[in-house]
Amino acid sequence: MKTLEKPVQQKAGKKSTGNLLTKLIKNQIFIPIAALLILVIFNLIADPSFFAVTLSQNSAGYPVLSGNLITILDNASELVILAIGMTLVTSASGGQDISVGAAIALSGSVVLRVLCGTESRPEALQAPIIVAFLVCCVVAMAFGAFNGVLVAYFKIQPMVATLILFTAGRSIAAWINNNELPIISDESFGYFGNFIPGIPIPTPIFIAIICMIIIALVLRFTKLGLFTQSVGINAESSRLNGINPEFIKFITYVILGLCVAIAGFIKVSRFSTINYSVVAKDIEMDAILAVALGGNALSGGKFNMAASILGAYVIQFLTTTLFKFNVISSALPAYKAVVVIILVILSAPIVRDKIAAIRKKLSAQKTTVKEAAQ
Amino acid sequence: MKMKKVLGTVISLALAASMFSACGAKSDSGSGNAASGGSDLIKVGIINNDPNESGYRTANDKDMKNTFTEANGYSASFAYSLKNDEQIAAAQKFIQDEVDYLLISAAGTSGWDSVLKDAQSAGIKVILFDRTIDADPSLYEASIVSDMAQEGQTAVDWLASQGLSEYNVVHIQGVMGSAAQIGRTGALDAQVAANDNWNLITQQTAEWNAETAQQIVQSVIDGGQSFNVIYAENDDMAKGAVAALDKANISHGVGKDVIVMGFDCNKWALEELLAGNWNYDGQCNPFQASYINDIIRDLENGKAPAEKVVIMQEKGFDASKITQEDVDNYGI
Repeated sequence: MKTLEKPVQQKAGKKSTGNLLTKLIKNQIFIPIAALLILVIFNLIADPSFFAVTLSQNSAGYPVLSGNLITILDNASELVILAIGMTLVTSASGGQDISVGAAIALSGSVVLRVLCGTESRPEALQAPIIVAFLVCCVVAMAFGAFNGVLVAYFKIQPMVATLILFTAGRSIAAWINNNELPIISDESFGYFGNFIPGIPIPTPIFIAIICMIIIALVLRFTKLGLFTQSVGINAESSRLNGINPEFIKFITYVILGLCVAIAGFIKVSRFSTINYSVVAKDIEMDAILAVALGGNALSGGKFNMAASILGAYVIQFLTTTLFKFNVISSALPAYKAVVVIILVILSAPIVRDKIAAIRKKLSAQKTTVKEAAQ
Repeated sequence: MKMKKVLGTVISLALAASMFSACGAKSDSGSGNAASGGSDLIKVGIINNDPNESGYRTANDKDMKNTFTEANGYSASFAYSLKNDEQIAAAQKFIQDEVDYLLISAAGTSGWDSVLKDAQSAGIKVILFDRTIDADPSLYEASIVSDMAQEGQTAVDWLASQGLSEYNVVHIQGVMGSAAQIGRTGALDAQVAANDNWNLITQQTAEWNAETAQQIVQSVIDGGQSFNVIYAENDDMAKGAVAALDKANISHGVGKDVIVMGFDCNKWALEELLAGNWNYDGQCNPFQASYINDIIRDLENGKAPAEKVVIMQEKGFDASKITQEDVDNYGI
């Protein structure tokens, strides 16, 4: 990631020394940050109490932090985790996995199945939570591998390949639990999607942070980032350079599978149950949107992980803002669509290049005018 | 999907084969004495939505399968789809199979005219359940439906009977435009418009999703607005709302600060009522099979159903009156 970006930035820096704004706009992470800033300013003007965070007690008597900011950080967690995997998949295969929502239902269903055994309302957990989590990881990664094989080795369009699981996933999820809706009464299972007693910060925030740290370390100390980008930019020349493009594409889908498992685990933990038809509904679109908002080309190639993650937070920020302003239900999708269209257009690489070019032209004119005056 | 189709064809072929062999016997017993003998089963083709769609549908499908059994004198075949065109194709197949009755819970309201006419000319009687369709009423014998507006009205009447001096309602809606949402929203909207002491603190859609409902209620709490009623249009969303209340240490349930209302009567939701954590749950009755059974028996005896549209009885459960028996009988 870094190695690929540096030369570009240096070049831009040399050409327009002192033109900070151009450099900033040129930078990929500018759009999600700008979007966040706009949302923050908008909320600050409309109602500064939006940002109030209070420490209070919940009904069980434990201290918890609450406030819109906490809600945003908490509820964006699953999306952030998915955005990590989706960025890699997008970069390597030049397409998106649209089955992540169904796969979350599936992996959540697996967790409940392992924990509940054959009963749908067990008094006690039938297996340790960690076992359920590991089984869920294996299953989700297997489904990720299935998608990966179709995309990498059978060369099927990612959207078509993942359409299979998108269609079948929720039915499989229901089938895993015999069409029943298991409910887990053991409180410790709820810790992962809510609060650990005594710790006032929601657990999903921690899980998301851990995932971010892990992916940062992986990108820093392995060649994964470099390889996925080179495969995405030109698979053939990466092959000539000794990279196995099929395997790289395959592995990104498996990594996304792992992200799905973690997100699915958080999702079922939030309510200790599952509803196959609505859990994580449309989350695949939000995950793809997060990648797009991060200014990453959906056709693959270069990516900026931090920008994708910020994109995910922007989406949740927007959702919470719309809830806060009590937008009429039937108009909600329209509001969201308008904001999203603006953001996506602004974050498109072509538009950013154009804006930067116009800026440069303007400043060039200014300097010539100045020079002429001197 | 393909597997299902192949299986479906095989089954329908088998059915067709068994029909040819039973043809002679059938014309003999056509004299009207509908004794539930083993050989002359009533053939019904049942077209339903996917049982995985919701707890309601699962209960509905189970009910159908338990009623239309061979022991009860039926030979039933089932077809499931959430798509109208696939359902219509299934109906055409059933007509070719010469079923006696066609029971339909349509995915969409339009496009059924021609296939129903085919059924009529083939002498097949059509009974609609759960959902109505836009077709001439002469094309079907009866429709057994829930009155969603009545469900909403029952709930709102119950709420009004609680005699609060002021109703500050957090209204969480289902997927906009669905029949359940329109019916359950309508009654509340009318009540709020007609009474000064009824206010909507917020009215938003959570699209039947517990987590979204939690976020909506959370945002109301974070905004510092006070409320004393949660009116959620299904149980899942009520559950999500309650999670937000618990987090903010706001008491809810019988005799507490906030009244919690849900719909659909899931078993776990009725248990919440029994425990006094929620106040009200409105039923959306998925048990149409016994109604259909009665109508078929009448038709077999040459008696036309008294009413074309049968509206099912639907209860609303009050947490202060609910019993374990109710939970067992009405929980889905």
